[in-house]
Amino acid sequence: MLRIALATLACLALPAHAQDRAQQLASACAICHGTDGRSVTKDMVSIAGLPREHIASQMRAFRDGQRPATVMHQIAKGYTDPQIDALAAYFAAQKR
Amino acid sequence: MKRRDFLKAAGAVSLSGCATTGSAPSKARVVVIGGGFGGATAAKYIRLWDSSIDVVLVEREPQFISCPISNLVLGGFTTMQDITRERSGLAKHGVQLVRDEAVAIDAAKKSVRLASGGEIGYERLVVSPGIDFTFGDIQGYEAAMQSGKVLHAWKAGQQTVALRRQLEEMRDGGVYILTVPPTPYRCPPGPYERASMVAAYFKQAKPKSKVLVLDANPDVTSKAGLFKAAWKDLYPGILEYHGNSRAVGVDPATMTVKLEVDEAKGDVLNIVPPHRAGDIAQKAGLITSNNRWCDVDWRTMESKAVKGVHVLGDATLSAPAMPKSGSMANNHAKIAAAAIVDLLNGREPQPLQIGNTCYSFVSPKEAIRVSSVHRWDDGKGTLLGVPGSGGVSAARSEAEGTYAWNWARTIWADSLS
Repeated sequence: MLRIALATLACLALPAHAQDRAQQLASACAICHGTDGRSVTKDMVSIAGLPREHIASQMRAFRDGQRPATVMHQIAKGYTDPQIDALAAYFAAQKR
Repeated sequence: MKRRDFLKAAGAVSLSGCATTGSAPSKARVVVIGGGFGGATAAKYIRLWDSSIDVVLVEREPQFISCPISNLVLGGFTTMQDITRERSGLAKHGVQLVRDEAVAIDAAKKSVRLASGGEIGYERLVVSPGIDFTFGDIQGYEAAMQSGKVLHAWKAGQQTVALRRQLEEMRDGGVYILTVPPTPYRCPPGPYERASMVAAYFKQAKPKSKVLVLDANPDVTSKAGLFKAAWKDLYPGILEYHGNSRAVGVDPATMTVKLEVDEAKGDVLNIVPPHRAGDIAQKAGLITSNNRWCDVDWRTMESKAVKGVHVLGDATLSAPAMPKSGSMANNHAKIAAAAIVDLLNGREPQPLQIGNTCYSFVSPKEAIRVSSVHRWDDGKGTLLGVPGSGGVSAARSEAEGTYAWNWARTIWADSLS
């Protein structure tokens, strides 16, 4: 809960250029999740437009080993809390 | 002036798609050489992130044929059609596609010369040339390849089709030899996936046949435990692996591969020569390391040898623990796109964190995987793996086989459409 509140504050405070960086940081995810998180296959759910809190909490669950995965548990460990919050805000803001 | 030059060049070559019909003057022109995982992605993402930049993509091949998944074609488990994609989707982002070959780069004049005779000026140039081979490292190779008796099939296309035909025509009880070049080479797990796919085909269709892997490296260079477990479980008596076995010559008359201290006879010779950065990188003076690879600033992908030129993909001198893979080339492109957009807007480029995920099939339906996350390190001045992140599959699985196909279809779309 505290994390979500902090994330919200962090996002409100993001200057324009930092927003660009969220877009660019998010582009690494596109090789499996699709450009801007819009899936192109039936085997991957679109993360574009999912609630920000949900994306952030799932990334942390992967990272902390609470949600089992084939690959995301290893990738999520490469991202800091501010990066996770920036990614969650970016994907949540994308059109489905 | 520059625009007129370009139109002159465009008149001489086939040009499809045009982004410059709007009335607003463009900010600058970026030329991209090479329409693979690196170049196509860079062209698209520059336009996505700043549509006031003109982007011209120069590519000689009419269609994109994917190296990833091409080993399944060799096994007979998918088709060439399934790994072939059009680049025409890039036009909807305003990328101008020029079907031609870049034959020279004049970095002082900031222009690219095309095989057709045209020239295109640029503010920033992206070179994503892939690999070419040092055939001379294997005695007799070029003549053997020209006779059609020896193939590398390490660029997906005609050689993939030809190698599949050789495997189909081989007698049951024959020997398929695959030689692995010394690292670094394109797609570290690729040879071991290929050996697995051919073994799976033999197991189904020619069970008396053998796959013989002769590796220049001391051991399997990627996902070793997972590959070896799969070979032991799935292909006993079919697949035989030898490390420290570098191919130094080939004799197509006797179908013999010569090693440093031994030799081996086969029915199908799939000899993969050592690699270097693609020809245009060599011609343009972008190669800085061992006469093979192009060193870059990993914050921008800008060449350390030639200012204003960004080099992507397999052609780069890899950062630590960074494989030469399609995923990496796609991610290199995003670093370059971000940096180029910043530079052309008068902003200081910032490092970008990227990632790699590579799947390999070990049976027609089961795959294994390796992943990594790479972050700029100010002290070391390069991208490094983030401690604690990344790793390989727990075990081979059909789930990862499904995700492998998802990855392929998704990265093709992310790069090309």
